[in-house]
Amino acid sequence: MADKIDARGLSCPQPVILTNKKIKEMEKGEFEILVDTDTSRENISRLAQQSGWNVEVKRVNDDYCLVLRKD
Amino acid sequence: MATVKSFFASRWGIVFAGVFVGVFAPLLQKWGNPGNMGICVACMERDIAGALGLHRAAMVQYIRPEIIAFVLGAFIAALLFREFRPRGGSSPIIRFFLGFFAMVGALVFLGCPWRALLRLAGGDGNAILGLAGLTAGIWVGILFLKSGYTLGRATRVMSFSGWVFPIAMVALLVLLLVAPQFGRTAEGTPTGPIFFSSKGPGSQHAPILISLLVGLGVGFLAQRTRLCTMGAIRDVILIKNTHLLSGILGIAGAAFTMNLILRQFQAGFTNQPIAHTDYLWNFMGMSLSGLAFALAGGCPGRQLFLSGEGDGDAAIFATGMIVGAGFSHNFSMASSAAGPGAYGPIAVIIGLIFCIVLGFTMREKIA
Repeated sequence: MADKIDARGLSCPQPVILTNKKIKEMEKGEFEILVDTDTSRENISRLAQQSGWNVEVKRVNDDYCLVLRKD
Repeated sequence: MATVKSFFASRWGIVFAGVFVGVFAPLLQKWGNPGNMGICVACMERDIAGALGLHRAAMVQYIRPEIIAFVLGAFIAALLFREFRPRGGSSPIIRFFLGFFAMVGALVFLGCPWRALLRLAGGDGNAILGLAGLTAGIWVGILFLKSGYTLGRATRVMSFSGWVFPIAMVALLVLLLVAPQFGRTAEGTPTGPIFFSSKGPGSQHAPILISLLVGLGVGFLAQRTRLCTMGAIRDVILIKNTHLLSGILGIAGAAFTMNLILRQFQAGFTNQPIAHTDYLWNFMGMSLSGLAFALAGGCPGRQLFLSGEGDGDAAIFATGMIVGAGFSHNFSMASSAAGPGAYGPIAVIIGLIFCIVLGFTMREKIA
């Protein structure tokens, strides 16, 4: 079961800070982050790609679930 | 639609939005707006506060159509691209006072982050102190953010909540066009409740239709690209990402080029339009603003664009800025060309204390 972070409703840049923290903690593996705005989705995707992680975006009702992976 | 969407999300998209601002701000100046103030969210909100009688500084009163159009442009973009999401409830009263003090700081410096860039692009060296202060304030904000500062989560709210601020902007537009004069001075001349400057910066403005069209363009593009000066500096410091920075470099580069073409460039520190040369308080004013923007999650322009997307918390920040402008002038906190107002420095210190207290007390473990 991948770790899950709920960043819905948080102001910019908190979703990015939480993602960055997790990326640094894990170094590799898989985790999910839930966000509710397109801005957060774009910011996290940009950060993940910059850090060498793959991003898969899934629509969950009105929110986005971003699955970040690095082997 | 998907192609348009991905263009705006790309680096070229945000550069395009920045260049649009950088081209049209000097043109708005050419068409009538005050010097190095083709676009300035703080100054323009201050003029609106004056026009509504929230302060009575006779030189700076006008309902600036650009502000109205920024919100409506973002509103249209958000509706078109299905990003209109009414939300709110993330420490609204704190956001009100962050907006209030952000304006206090901006009026000590005399400009928002965009105007700091436009002042620099017009040759005003004092802007360097402002931009340095802005960076310092944002850096302190990042330290708080990294150590767990948060204003809590916003939640979905009922649809009409998201419509209120855009509708209020339409009401402002009506007040601009009708400009009711119910009152009478002692001499019997019609006056108020809407006040427009007859001289000074408030009397200088581009034609309403042009201001509206440019403003709608800026609002639309900025909503799509998330253009934000505070975010640009923050992302470079925090995650070494230059995406947003390319937008503000677009503003500065295009504005500099346009000012050369339009012969509006004048290098130096003294005799710059609507500016003073007090280095310390140019720096400190913008430090307060930068910190307040970082703690609220966006520069004043971004807060307007978020308001257009239905973000009630951003709308409260913007309202705090307008109220803050009223207080700044009524309480002699705003600067003038002569230098900081009598109570500007103490107001900046109070604002900094407020922000630092927030930074240490508004903490919550989220993940």
